[in-house]
Amino acid sequence: MAAIKQTFFQECEEQLVELESGLLRMEDGDDDLETVNAVFRAVHSIKGGAGAFGFDELVEFVHVFETTLDLIRSAKLAATPAVTKTLLRASDVLADLVRAAREGGSADAGAVKVIADELNALLGSAPRSDDDDEKVSVESLEFEPVCISLDSIFDLGDADAPSTQDFILRFKPSAGLYAKANETLRLLRELGRLGEMTVECDISEIPLLTELDPEGAYLSWTIHLTTSVSEQQVREVFEFVEWDCELSVETADIGKLLEALQESLEPQEAPVAPAAVAEPKQTIVSAAPPQQSFAAPSDDHPAAAKAEATKGEGSGSVQATIRVDLDRVDRLINLVGELVINQAMLSQRVSEAGLSRASSVVIGLDELEQLTRDIQDSVMAIRAQPVKPVFQRMSRTVREVASMTGKAVRLVMDGETTEVDKTVVERLTDPLTHMIRNAVDHGIEKAEDRIAAGKPEEGSLRLSAMHRSGRIVIEVADDGAGINRARVRQIAVSKGLIPAEANLTDDEIDNLIFLPGFSTASSVSNISGRGVGMDVVKRAIQALGGRISISSVPGRGSTFSMSLPLTLAVLDGMVVTVGGQTLVVPLTAIIETLQPKKESVHELGSGARVIATRNTFTPLIDVGAVLLYRDEPIEATSQVALLVESESGAKCALLVDAIQGQRQVVIKSLETNYGHVHGIAAATILGDGRVALILDVDAIVARPRADMIVAEMPAAAE
Amino acid sequence: MSKTILTVDDSRTMREMLMLALSEAGFSVVQAEDGVHGLEVLEKETPDVIVTDINMPRMDGFGFIEGVRRHEKHRAVPILVLTTESDGEKKDRARRAGATGWIVKPFNPVKLVDAIRRVAV
Repeated sequence: MAAIKQTFFQECEEQLVELESGLLRMEDGDDDLETVNAVFRAVHSIKGGAGAFGFDELVEFVHVFETTLDLIRSAKLAATPAVTKTLLRASDVLADLVRAAREGGSADAGAVKVIADELNALLGSAPRSDDDDEKVSVESLEFEPVCISLDSIFDLGDADAPSTQDFILRFKPSAGLYAKANETLRLLRELGRLGEMTVECDISEIPLLTELDPEGAYLSWTIHLTTSVSEQQVREVFEFVEWDCELSVETADIGKLLEALQESLEPQEAPVAPAAVAEPKQTIVSAAPPQQSFAAPSDDHPAAAKAEATKGEGSGSVQATIRVDLDRVDRLINLVGELVINQAMLSQRVSEAGLSRASSVVIGLDELEQLTRDIQDSVMAIRAQPVKPVFQRMSRTVREVASMTGKAVRLVMDGETTEVDKTVVERLTDPLTHMIRNAVDHGIEKAEDRIAAGKPEEGSLRLSAMHRSGRIVIEVADDGAGINRARVRQIAVSKGLIPAEANLTDDEIDNLIFLPGFSTASSVSNISGRGVGMDVVKRAIQALGGRISISSVPGRGSTFSMSLPLTLAVLDGMVVTVGGQTLVVPLTAIIETLQPKKESVHELGSGARVIATRNTFTPLIDVGAVLLYRDEPIEATSQVALLVESESGAKCALLVDAIQGQRQVVIKSLETNYGHVHGIAAATILGDGRVALILDVDAIVARPRADMIVAEMPAAAE
Repeated sequence: MSKTILTVDDSRTMREMLMLALSEAGFSVVQAEDGVHGLEVLEKETPDVIVTDINMPRMDGFGFIEGVRRHEKHRAVPILVLTTESDGEKKDRARRAGATGWIVKPFNPVKLVDAIRRVAV
C-alpha cells in the first residue's frame, strides 16, 4: 500500500503538470473540448486517489475544483480569462495540498479557503444544474453498501433463530438484463447465500420455437427465502438490475408461506437447494443461444478455452512506455561506460601494434567505435527527460511574483520538449526559479514605466531550451529595462568588489552581478532576495558542469544564458600528467592555461608561491606536492599552470607537469570502489586500462594552507 | 482455476490498487490504460469480468462499454463501472451503454470483490 501511495504522488505530479499546461492552453484561448476534458481528468484522477488514501482536506478541495471544471466541460460556465486565472491559482493551491498530503503537513488554510470561495462563487454564478436533484433521486434508490457477515449466514442455518424472516420474491427479468451480462442464476446464487431458499421457475411464457426471440426473456421466478438479513439487504442483491426487471419483495407470514410451499410442491419435486436450482434452468435456457453464458456454471468448457488466453498475465497489448528501476538504468550506463573504455583500450593496443590503417582489423575497430558511440548515446537517452516539468513549474513562479509585485507578466516557453539527463533536470529547478524571480522582480518594469517607455503594458519573459553542440542551452530572456550599469558599478565599488577607478567593459560590468556578495536590491526583498544572489545561481550551474552568461541591452531587456552538459555521467576533462601519473581536471573549472615565467612567480616563504596574472596575484599550487606524488615542489617555470576557479569563485593556479589533451571521460565513483581521497572527486579509466583520478578542484583550492599563514607574517614578506 | 479480470483505468494509482486488491483475492489481472487500449487487449484476452473507469483519454468508459457489447465474443462478459459516489447520472449512462453493475469509488477491497462475485459465475 505504501508503494501505491508513492505511485499516487508520482501520478499527482504528472497530473498537476497536465492540469497546468491544459489551463495555460485554455488561457491562450484554446477552447478545444479535449483540452477541457484533459484538465477535468487530471483533477478527477487526483480526487480518486486522494479519496482512497483518505486525504480529506485534499478531497474536499478537489471536489469543488472538479465541479467547476465539470460546468465548463458541459458548457454551463464560460472559460473567460478571469475564470482561467482563478483555475490556475486553484491548480497552485491543489499542488500545495498535494505536497501537504505527501509531507504530512498542512497547506495554508487561508489560501485554500480564498480559492475555494472563488470557485464556489463561480459555481453560484453558473445556472444551477439539475444534476443535484437527479442525484438525490438516484441516490435514494441506492443502497448503503453493507458487508455481508459470514456469521449471519451460519446463523441462518439455525431455523430457531428468532430474527429470521420469510420473504417471497417475484422476479421477472427483461431482455435488457441479459444484454448487460447480468444473469438470473448469479442473482439466485447470491440470494442463496443469504439464507434458506426455494426457487420456482415459471416457464409458461416460453413461446413456440418458431416464435422464440433468442435474445428475449421469457422466464420468471418466485423465490422463497428465509433469512435473518433485512429486506434492504435482500433488495441489494438486485441493485445492478433494478431497471431491467420486475421485482417484488414481500414478507410472508408462516401460514401464507406454508400454503405457497404446498402449491409449489405439487408440480415439482421437493424444495431444491440453490446449487441444484441451476440444473433445470440450464436445460431450459440452453435453448436460447445468446444466453449461453448462462449455461457456463459447469465451468469446464469455456474456462478451458480461457486458460490459454490468460496464461500471459499483465498488459496484453501495446504499451508506449515501461517503468524501470533507476538502478537498472544506472547499471546499464555503467556497463556501457566499461564498453567505451574497453573499446578505447582495444584501439590503443591496435595502434601500438602498428597495423596498417587499411587493415581489416583497424576498419572493423572503427566500426566498433561508431557502434559503441551509438550505444552510449542511446543509453544516455534512456535517462533523458524533457525539461517541460521544470519549465512548467516556472509559470507558477511567474504568477506568484507578478501578483506580489503588481506587475503583468506573460511567460512564453520554447523548446520544452528538449531532453536532458534526469539528474540535470532535477537540479535545474532552483537556479531557474531564482532567475525567473529576478527577471520579474528586477528586470521587468512596472506597467506605468513600460507604457512611458512605449512598450506593451504586459511584460514578457521567454524561457527557452535548445540543444547546441552536444550541450543544452537554456535561456531566460525578459523585455525589461536591462541592467542599470551605472548602478551595478556603483554598488560593486561601494562593496569593495572592484576598485573605484577600474576600467570595465559593459560585459564585465554585467557580469559583476555574479560576484558573491553582490545584490542590486537596496534592501533584500522577500521575493528575489532571500539572502541569495546570482553567485549562488552561478555556483549551482557550475556544479552541474555548466556555464552561465548574461547579455543586456538598456531599455530592451536582459538574457541569461546557461550552457549545460546533457548528462552528469560523462565529463569534459583536461588530461594532464603530474609526477608520472595521469590526472583529469574538469574543463568547466579551467579559465585558462599558462606557461609560468620566472619573473611572474613570487615566493612567499615556506614554499608558498603566487603567480602574477593580470595585475593580481593568484596562489600557485603544485598538484604533485598536494597529492604527495613528490616531496618537494618543483620549479614552476618547468611546468604548466592551469588557472582554475572553484565553485565559490576563488581562483588559483594549479601546477602540472604537462597537458596531454582534452577528452570526454566516463565518471566512476571512487567512494564506491575504493574510498574517499582528499582532493580527488572521482576516477575514470583511460584507453590503456589505467585508472586516472579526476581532480576535485574545489577541495584543492579550499584546502587549509599552513604555508599561507606563514606567508602573511611581515618577516616573510619581502 | 482463477478468474481473469480486465481493469481499464488511466490512473496508475487506481490500476495498482485494483491489481493489489484483485490479486490478493486470487484473481488474475490484465490491465489497460483507456478504452482504446482496453478494446485492443480484448482482441487477445478473454476476461471473466471487466472493471472500467469512466473518465479516460482517447475513449471513455461509455464508449468502451458500447465497444465491448458490440463485440461478438465479449458481449456477454460482465462489466463493472468504477464511479464516484455522486455520479448518479453517469451510473445511469453507463447502464444504458450496457454496464452490468458498478463499484463506488473510493472502493474498498471487500466491496470490490463482493461486486465481482455478484456478477461473475
